[in-house]
Amino acid sequence: MRFTRTSKMLSVAAIAALSLSACGGGSNESGTSEGTTDAVIVVDGSEPQNPLIPTSTNEVGGGAILDLVFAGLLSYDAEGKPQNEMAESIETEDAQNYTITLKEGKTFTNGDPVTASSFVDAWNYGAAAKNAQLSSYFFESIEGYDEASAEGSTVETMSGLEVVDDRTFTVKLSQPESDWPLRLGYSAFYPLPAVAFEDPAAFGENPIGNGPYMFASEGAWQHNQQIELVPNDEYEGPQEAQNAGVTFKIYQNDTTAYQDLISDNLDVLKTIPTSDIKNFKNDLGERSIESPYAGNQTIAIPYYLPNWDGEAGKLRRQAISMAINRDEITDVIFNGGREPAKDFTAPVLDGYNADLPGSENLEYNPDEAKKLWAEAEKITPYDESEPLTIGYNADKGDHKTWVEAVVNNIKNNLGIEVAGKPYATFKEARTEATEETLTGALRAGWQADYPSLYNFLGPIYATGAGSNDARYSNPDFDQQLTDGLAASTVEEGNEAMNTAQEELLEDLPAIPLWYQVAQGGWSSNVDNVEFGWNGVPLYYAITGK
Amino acid sequence: MVWYIVRRFLQLIPVFLGATLLVYFLVFSLPGDATAAICGERGCTPGVVAGLREQYNLDQPFWIQYLLYLKGVLTFDLGTNFSGRPIATIIAEVFPTTAKLAVMALVIEAFFGIVFGLVAGLRKGKIFDSSVLVLSLIVIAVPIFVLGFLMQFLIGVKLQWTNPTVSGDATFTELLLPAVVLGLVSFAYVLRLTRTSIIENVNADYVRTATAKGLSRRRVVVVHVLRNSLIPVVTFLGADLGALMGGAIVTEGIFNVNGVGNTLYRAVLNGDGPMVVSIVTFLILIFCLANLLVDLLYAWLDPRIRYA
Repeated sequence: MRFTRTSKMLSVAAIAALSLSACGGGSNESGTSEGTTDAVIVVDGSEPQNPLIPTSTNEVGGGAILDLVFAGLLSYDAEGKPQNEMAESIETEDAQNYTITLKEGKTFTNGDPVTASSFVDAWNYGAAAKNAQLSSYFFESIEGYDEASAEGSTVETMSGLEVVDDRTFTVKLSQPESDWPLRLGYSAFYPLPAVAFEDPAAFGENPIGNGPYMFASEGAWQHNQQIELVPNDEYEGPQEAQNAGVTFKIYQNDTTAYQDLISDNLDVLKTIPTSDIKNFKNDLGERSIESPYAGNQTIAIPYYLPNWDGEAGKLRRQAISMAINRDEITDVIFNGGREPAKDFTAPVLDGYNADLPGSENLEYNPDEAKKLWAEAEKITPYDESEPLTIGYNADKGDHKTWVEAVVNNIKNNLGIEVAGKPYATFKEARTEATEETLTGALRAGWQADYPSLYNFLGPIYATGAGSNDARYSNPDFDQQLTDGLAASTVEEGNEAMNTAQEELLEDLPAIPLWYQVAQGGWSSNVDNVEFGWNGVPLYYAITGK
Repeated sequence: MVWYIVRRFLQLIPVFLGATLLVYFLVFSLPGDATAAICGERGCTPGVVAGLREQYNLDQPFWIQYLLYLKGVLTFDLGTNFSGRPIATIIAEVFPTTAKLAVMALVIEAFFGIVFGLVAGLRKGKIFDSSVLVLSLIVIAVPIFVLGFLMQFLIGVKLQWTNPTVSGDATFTELLLPAVVLGLVSFAYVLRLTRTSIIENVNADYVRTATAKGLSRRRVVVVHVLRNSLIPVVTFLGADLGALMGGAIVTEGIFNVNGVGNTLYRAVLNGDGPMVVSIVTFLILIFCLANLLVDLLYAWLDPRIRYA
């Protein structure tokens, strides 16, 4: 999961328009018009928080750069379908033992060949605790991860990885996971050239990759100002550059970037600032886009709060959920710019189902909500001394308005004390969540790392999972997740994931609110702008006009 | 005089120690674990958290952390921020831009403030005086981010006289607009201070004497009235330089200037202790130096003031 700097949104009306570009996949009106390939595209970015090493980057600013400079075994197309990059084939018979064969003749931009070791060494480096890589948990499925990642461990390799020859390596997982190959397009799984391990800090300043772009020169990363990328002529694959370079201009806030966009000083802006949501379609006309992506917004309610545990807690959670008028809030506050949630995942994903049994718990129904609340009162009376609060971080994103709206919905429909609780900083909220000292609910935004239902379920709701803020634990749910992962095909797996979701819809460890939508725009100098499944523009496809 | 300056420099040492200790303690007391900011929403594994804590000395108690930092400073090693970059490099990157911006703003506000204030003071109650007073009142009353966005929109987006944002090079022409915005509020204060001071001094005995002596009006105004009226203004400008260096967060944000204010803001949000302390200490030193300069200017402006 990567934390997004700002919240993003969508309009229900726009979904129809969206699905045109999303489902069309660039085969119809979007993405095929002729443009010049000699333009350098200036896009908005944010300062990468860490050295540009794939396993130490866990936020969108650095992620966008890495995705262009490196190419993994797979990449994802606009709809999130995996497509081979470095991989010739990824084969398995039992969803636990994988044999990965690489394409021939691939090189890094320093001339080194991309070999099996490039992957294996990079993954081992990422997993080993002694390297303290932020994305190390991505390797958790691989056998030997626990030994390598344990606190204070000096083990440098995972036993599940084995190099067979230059172009082949095998991976053994600690349990069968049918959706594991889907993850391989995520940045943590990118290969690294040998030079990266000699001096990782220096490498992170001037990374050498194998992707469609490369650094324009040593020092192309001018911190907090811009990062200049030029096409890598050696690259051959699905993401070949259609322009003469991409320059990420780093902005401190989106409002400023928007001023640059409407005066044609910036070519592509991926997030329209909240203050301009109401007029960006007027300002930009044809040059604006609303594109749903794999992200959602929820409110997690911890089980260690006495009012919210047990049978009474479950009824109260359902009552709260039914007291929230999602249609009205997405309409009024987001100007019709978000889509009310029907499940715990996101509509752009393969296997998404809006009509799961239990999804009626996410529909506005104040009468039923009152009834459920009254039933809960009969079991255990609501402890008024600990009224519900909904926490949000006030430093990034714009959460206050919608939290207040949700608070008012609950207050008016159930007649109980509820309040919004701003945290000054993101880290303050996170620390309380980690240390189990939350005194109320906490908003949680989730953006998928890779296009899979499991990515929205396992890391957040499985017993003991890293982002399980609610401290939810349901053996049936866990079992269904395990079954889903062990399924022999992704389709069967998705079915099991959706069965598991039925448990969540019943228990509501978190209350899903809405799905995220990217709202962006581009200048009159560029063409062929399309947003991917993760809300990031497909930079390589943008052309000049 | 030399001894006075040396003594003032020696006074910087306790100021430095006290300031670093206080700021370090404040950052240390901020709620929330610093590694939580580094790890993001999904968090890190315990192994990674332990590694990060060790790397940034977060596993040590407050005194050890502070002494380690102090030791670094005394050996000219400010350490790295939470992104792993040397703090000295970051300060060297952002400081020149902010210094340029602050000096430009200072020059603009001082020049226009003093000239307008002088004219208004000499023509007290006339139409120029009244309109300038109303104008300065409006500038003081309107929040700076409104002024900033308004001028950015009008001049940068609509008229396109300049880019709405400042590029990495931060050239003189690009910085002009933000400098004007930054200087506007202080301009109003300088104007009002100068005006009041002039009005006071115009009727002073020594001015009457100077006029009676047969000096030209020009000489009376510039050498006698203005010079004596500048002391409060200089005091204000000296303090303002410090404020402009560190307090330009809003303006720097609006015009996307990669400066000290923005860097400090980000560091505070991330609980990046060493980074915050380094920048704040740096600002305090600048503030002290600006104050010293102001004190020395007093002596020049008013010969009655002597330092020994």
